[in-house]
Amino acid sequence: MASVTFDKATRLYPGGTRPAVDQLDLEVADGEFLVLVGPSGCGKSTSLRMLAGLEEVNDGNIFIGDRNVTDVPPKDRDIAMVFQNYALYPHMTVAENMGFALKIQGVAKDERAARVLEAAKLLDLEPYLNRKPKALSGGQRQRVAMGRAIVRQPQVFLMDEPLSNLDAKLRVQTRTQIASLQRRLGVTTVYVTHDQTEALTMGDRIAVLKDGILQQVGTPRDLYEQPQNVFVAGFIGSPAMNLFHADLADGGIKFGTAVVPIERDVIDHATGSAVTVGVRPEDIQVSTTQGEGLAVTVDLVEELGADGYLYGHSEIEGKRTDIVARVDGRTHPFAGDTVYLTPAPHHVHVFDAESGERLGHRVVAG
Amino acid sequence: MSGSLSITSAMADPALLDLPWDVPLEAWPNDTIAALPKGISRHLVRFAHLGGHVAAIKETTAEMAKGEYEMLRTLQRLEIPCVDPIAVITNRTDAEGEELKPVLVTRHLRFSLPYRALFSQTLRPDTATRLVDALAVLLVRLHIVGFFWGDVSLSNTLFRRDAGAFAAYLVDAETGKLYEGGLSNGQRENDLEIARVNIAGELLDLEAGGRVADELDPVRISDGIVTAYRSLWAELTGAESFASAERWRINERVNRLNELGFDIEELAIRTDDAGTTVRIQPKVVDAGHHQRRLLRLTGLDAGENQARRLLNDLDSYRAAYGKESLDEEMVAHEWLMRVFEPVVRAIPVELRGKLEPAEVFHQLLDHRWFLAQRAGHDIPLAEAVTSYINTVLRHRRDEATIIDPPTGAITTAIPTIDTAAVAVVDPDDEGDWRLKV
Repeated sequence: MASVTFDKATRLYPGGTRPAVDQLDLEVADGEFLVLVGPSGCGKSTSLRMLAGLEEVNDGNIFIGDRNVTDVPPKDRDIAMVFQNYALYPHMTVAENMGFALKIQGVAKDERAARVLEAAKLLDLEPYLNRKPKALSGGQRQRVAMGRAIVRQPQVFLMDEPLSNLDAKLRVQTRTQIASLQRRLGVTTVYVTHDQTEALTMGDRIAVLKDGILQQVGTPRDLYEQPQNVFVAGFIGSPAMNLFHADLADGGIKFGTAVVPIERDVIDHATGSAVTVGVRPEDIQVSTTQGEGLAVTVDLVEELGADGYLYGHSEIEGKRTDIVARVDGRTHPFAGDTVYLTPAPHHVHVFDAESGERLGHRVVAG
Repeated sequence: MSGSLSITSAMADPALLDLPWDVPLEAWPNDTIAALPKGISRHLVRFAHLGGHVAAIKETTAEMAKGEYEMLRTLQRLEIPCVDPIAVITNRTDAEGEELKPVLVTRHLRFSLPYRALFSQTLRPDTATRLVDALAVLLVRLHIVGFFWGDVSLSNTLFRRDAGAFAAYLVDAETGKLYEGGLSNGQRENDLEIARVNIAGELLDLEAGGRVADELDPVRISDGIVTAYRSLWAELTGAESFASAERWRINERVNRLNELGFDIEELAIRTDDAGTTVRIQPKVVDAGHHQRRLLRLTGLDAGENQARRLLNDLDSYRAAYGKESLDEEMVAHEWLMRVFEPVVRAIPVELRGKLEPAEVFHQLLDHRWFLAQRAGHDIPLAEAVTSYINTVLRHRRDEATIIDPPTGAITTAIPTIDTAAVAVVDPDDEGDWRLKV
C-alpha cells in the first residue's frame, strides 16, 4: 500500500484555453479514502485519470509512494480501477472468476489460491468459491467483481462514479459496503463523485474542485463547519447553506433589522463595506412574532417527519433572495406567513464579498 | 399503454409502436421475441421482430440509453462499424401505472455473428486469432477517431465473415467516450490491457466449458491483440525518415497502407533545413480502401477483404480478356453483368439467408480454385457454381440472423445467463472444407 501525491499536476487539453486541472497539490495518506468532488467539468475525473495514467500530465508530477509514476503506463502503476467493466464468466467458478487475471499475470497456482481465498473471506464469498455466477445473487456478483480487483493487491484503488448507474436504494447500500470494505482492506482509495452526500458519508477526507482548481481539502466536518470559500460553503451540505450579501454595521453585520455582532478582526479583513454571509438552514432561528431579524415570506414547508424545511424569500437590498431554514416538523409556519429569522449564535460564516474567501474562523454571533 | 410514452428516434419506424412497451422486457410474449440464443449481459437484452428486421432491445437507465444512442450515432457518422441505433424509449409504465425501465433499441446487423456462434464444437486457434485480429483493427479505428472504449471484448463485438477473415463491429458503446483532441497513449494502453484481460477471460470461460480445442492457449491468443494492434497502429500513424533521394518510399508507404485497406487522406511531409532528409507521417487515414474502389466501380457494398477479393477477380478478368486498354469502369460493368451477377442469381432463393453475396462469391472462387487443382485444368464458372451450391452452400446454416447479446460487466447485476451455447456447424472450423468436396 502507498500514499498518493499530486505535485503541481496540470492537465491542459490540446486547444484548451485554461487547464482542466491546474497545479493540483494533494496528498493522500497510505490507507486513506479520499473523495474528489465537484460539479461537472471541475476536473475531478481528469485528476483521477491522470493518476490512472489515462491522461497526460503536462506539468508537475504524480507519485505513488515514493515512485514517480508520471510517465509510467497504466498497467505498470499498480492501481486498480474498481467496478470498471468486470464481466463474470458463466462457465467459470467464483474462484476462477476472481483469480483468472492472476493467471494471465503468471502468478503461481498456490499463490493464486491463497489470494483468492483471502479476498473471498473479506467479501463473505468463501462458501461460494466453487459455484458458478448463475447461482449468486446480484449483490454477491458485485462482490465477486470487487474480488477481481482485490486479488491483484494493488497499491491504490480508483473509483470513478461507481454508483451513478444504480437506483437510489442500491446506491445507499453499496455506498456503505464500499466504505466499510475499504476500511477493512486499508487500501488507499481515490473516489470520484459529483454527489456531495456521497462525499460526506464515504470519505476520510474530501477534496473539492472547481474549474480545475483545488478549493479545499479536509475531513467532512472541516468542510461542513469551516468552508474556506463561498463555493465550498454552497456546494457542501444539503439543503445548501444560505448565502447572501450583507452590509457591515458598527461591530457586526446587518441581518434585516438586526445587527449580528462579528469580531472586529474579521470585519477588519473585509475589502469593502459589505460581506457575503453564510448560514446553514439548521442554524437559523425562526420566530413568527414580529421582532428583530430578517422578514421572510414562507413559500413552502417541506415536512420530513421530526423536522421540516421552510423555503421562503426576502428582499435584500431590493433583490429577491431565497432562504431555507430548518423548522420543527409539528409546529411550523405555513405558506404565506411572514416569519423573522436570525442566525443561531456561533454559526455565521463570513466571506469577503470580492474574493469569496473566508474571513476569520468561526464567527461568534449573538 | 401509457399515453406519455416517449420515443426518440431518427428513423421514426411506426413498427416501434406495436411492441408491448407496457410489459417488462423479461415478460414479453413469445410472438414478439425472436427465438435466438441468449448470452450473459450487464443489462437485460432481448431480440424482437421489428418491421422486417430483428432489433436488440436493452433495458437500462434513461441516461445511459440516451448516451449510448447518441454515441452510436456519432460513431456511425465517423464511419465506424457498429450496430445501428434505432430508438430510445422512456416513460414506460405498465398497466398499473408502475414505472418500467427505459430501453435502447438497436438493429441487428444481418450476417453478423457473436463469437460464440462462430464454431461448432470447439474453438480452434486459427479462428480465435482471426477474431482477435479483427478486433484489433476495430480498436485501432476507434482510437484513431478518439474513441476510448473502456470495455473491449469479444462479447461486445459482432463479427461478419470477410473473405477468410472477419470484420468486427462494435455492439456496446455504453462505457465509451469520445475525446475530440484524440486519445493519450495511456488511454490507448488501458483499452488494450482491458481487451487483453477480457479476451483471456472469455477464452478461459470457453475452456472451462470444454469449448476450445486442446491446442488453444487462451493467454497466448489474448496477447495476440497487443501485437496486432501495435503493428497496425505503427503502420497507420508512425513517422518515418529517409534520405530525400529515396522519395519512392512515400509511394511505398501509401501502397502498404492501401494493402492494409486504408487510404491516406493527409500526409505530413517535412524536409530538414539542408533538404537531405524527408520525414513523413500519415495524419488522416481512412479505412475501406478496397471497399471504396469496389463501390465506385460496381456499386457493390462489401467487406474490406471481400472487396479486395472481388477486385482481384475483376483485375484478372480484365487481364484474361485483354481489356487492359479499356476504361476501368466499363470493364467493371461488364464483369458485374457477366461474372458476379450470374453467380448471385444462381443461388436458389431458399439458400440466400446462408451468406452474403460477396462472401458467397469469395467462397466460390476458393471452391473453383480447388476443383481446378483437383482436375488439373480450369473449371468453367457455371460448373463451379453448381458444385459449390450443392456441396458447400446447401450444408451451411443460415447466418443472416444469428444473435447473442453482448457479454459485459456485472455492475448493475441483472445478468441473464444461458449456458446453452449456439450449436451450429461451421465448415470453416471443421477442417478445411475443400478436403471434403
